Amino acid sequence: MDFTLNEEQLMFAETARSLFADSSTPDHWRKMMEAGEAIDPARWASIVETGLTLVLLPESAGGIGLGETDFALIAQEAGYVVLPEPLVESAGVAAPMLAALAPDSDVLADPSATIAIQHPLNPYVANADSAAAIILHDGGDAYLATPDQVTLTAQPSIDPFRRLFAVEWDKTKATPLGKADWDLALDRAALFNAAFGLGLAQRSVDLAVEYAKERQQFGKPIGSYQAVKHHLASAQVAIEFAKPVVAAAAAEIGARDVQARARVSHAKLVALEAADKAARASIQVHGAMGYSWEVDVHLFLKRAVALTQTWGTPAYHRARIATRIFTQPMGPDQTFARESENA
Amino acid sequence: MDLTYTPEQQAFRAEVRAWLEAHVPAEPLEHFDATREGFEAHREWEKTLKSGDWGMVTWPKEYGGRGLDLIQWLIFEEEYYRAGAPGRVNQNGIFLLGPTLIEFGTHEQKQRFLPKMASGEEIWAQAWSEPQAGSDLAGVRATATREGDDYILNGHKIWSSRAVFADWAFGLFREPGSERHKGMSLIFFPLDAPGVTVNAIKKINGHVGFAEIFLENVRVPAFNRLGDEGQGWHICMATAGFERGLMLRSPARYQVAAKKLVELWAANKETADPALEADVVRAHMNADAYALNIYQTASRLMAGAKIGPEASTNKIFWSELDIHLTQTALSILGPQAELTHDAPDAAAVDWIDDYIFALAGPIYAGSNEIQRNIIAERMLGLPR
Repeated sequence: MDFTLNEEQLMFAETARSLFADSSTPDHWRKMMEAGEAIDPARWASIVETGLTLVLLPESAGGIGLGETDFALIAQEAGYVVLPEPLVESAGVAAPMLAALAPDSDVLADPSATIAIQHPLNPYVANADSAAAIILHDGGDAYLATPDQVTLTAQPSIDPFRRLFAVEWDKTKATPLGKADWDLALDRAALFNAAFGLGLAQRSVDLAVEYAKERQQFGKPIGSYQAVKHHLASAQVAIEFAKPVVAAAAAEIGARDVQARARVSHAKLVALEAADKAARASIQVHGAMGYSWEVDVHLFLKRAVALTQTWGTPAYHRARIATRIFTQPMGPDQTFARESENA
Repeated sequence: MDLTYTPEQQAFRAEVRAWLEAHVPAEPLEHFDATREGFEAHREWEKTLKSGDWGMVTWPKEYGGRGLDLIQWLIFEEEYYRAGAPGRVNQNGIFLLGPTLIEFGTHEQKQRFLPKMASGEEIWAQAWSEPQAGSDLAGVRATATREGDDYILNGHKIWSSRAVFADWAFGLFREPGSERHKGMSLIFFPLDAPGVTVNAIKKINGHVGFAEIFLENVRVPAFNRLGDEGQGWHICMATAGFERGLMLRSPARYQVAAKKLVELWAANKETADPALEADVVRAHMNADAYALNIYQTASRLMAGAKIGPEASTNKIFWSELDIHLTQTALSILGPQAELTHDAPDAAAVDWIDDYIFALAGPIYAGSNEIQRNIIAERMLGLPR
């Protein structure tokens, strides 16, 4: 039993953190919003160059072959800068699925190519227009198509960096990939979006702390008042009790049992609740400024709203936890238990 | 990262389970805060625990412990709660003072106090608060006047848990004339020493779980001071960190409660409000998240880290989850919620008593308002 990260994992997270801190600043976000863009080619190139898109890919498919714990740490750092590019869905969900179905696919040969994914639980496909390929579902089967082989209807999101599309497509114009593991795709997406949510949450708190130290009212920084402190402390408590759930979900995702699925669902619920709670506290602490387009907190709120409802709604994930607690043994000796064979 | 138990850890769990199965009393004991008989029955249980060498498993062997690590401690606690073993009447001693004594005490002090703490021979009360010093603990007015090798203690302590029946108490006393955080020392005194008067205070559940203590020229040897003279505030904060952060409330306590809540829901779901299922799920999630957080903290501490202000997040989390969990049970029980355990129709679990007790959680061990200040100031860096 050892619930700590190793040196390499911490170093990889640190690398991602400094890359994102330099390349995904408020200035970058502003320029992209003005231009109506969701991908910054220079930033994406540096992400690709650092190897972040290859972390989860097996070495046989040209990847680095690391695990979900490693990628979750990167996703958390991406959340801290509300990363516009689809790193999580492309490199964390779609690419590993494609590698499992078609390891020799040309799309995988180019590490800078993004891959979009349609999932039975999601009515829309994110970033389908800029993707090199889209993984599509039909029954349990997966198909691969390029954006020009399908019909995309934009469904604009409140999040300026999420480009959603309804996809109409025809099997005759797509490449069949065979039966795909849609459950694994869902678990990975839920887990990495949970990790992303931790980053969103912490940044929202940090932005508010920074502001509350500077902003003076009644002759003192507003951060010295308990009413302000307690909003942010409560958000931090939510973050602290989502973190270990995300870490455990990442460590156990490979078990693929009722407990592992419940943990992933738990992680997605609480991490995105923390993101929502922190973003709203941050807006409140910023006062009217927080409600302005000018202050960046709304970007974190909007992403939290989007991710909360995608890749399984809260009700969907609660139901998976209910299955765990109503069909499996409960109690203090069951924290790390695996599914019992006779359940 | 490895979230599986080693064969040694599994064997340890089996050993604890077997011993507890053979020794835990079949009938629950009367509560230790209810009567002297209940208290003494719990002392007997502590002696039984000691006979199996289970008094305080994390302490060094020479002081009455087993020298085990924090993961083994968690396993022990899990099995302890799973077995439904009696509450630890000496929790002020073994969970609060003990770890602090191990960190700050001299070898002689450890030899004198720890083994009798681990065996239940001496049961401890805490004496932090005073009528004018609650959340503002640095406002303590009780004094310790040095006289040769002794201290003369004077003052008025209040809300002292276990003080009605316990043998010893520890509290903060200041050098006469000193102010605020300076000049305070942490001193132990026997509750039957000449000059000590203990008046029981009834809690809202009717138990005499806490008391006020008057000290009039109580003489204790300077040996009873923990750490250096004037170091009391620093030591007290260390105690509080351990209390809030790790030991006071085992995750197992809430995992057992969540299990019972799931059973209650299963037995009542045909008639109860279907919307409550989400709360049952949430209660499990909270207990699970708390357990994971504590496992992570234990792993960190074993790797050499120290408990910091994040301990305050734990105290807020367990106290709030406890209220949510027990309140959910009351909602499932509906009109039976208010029945006491004496009622013919009472549920097997005394949920109303658990709920009433849970309401104390946000107050004791430093109010949650103070914890939120600590988080805001020491974790987030907001100005005082």
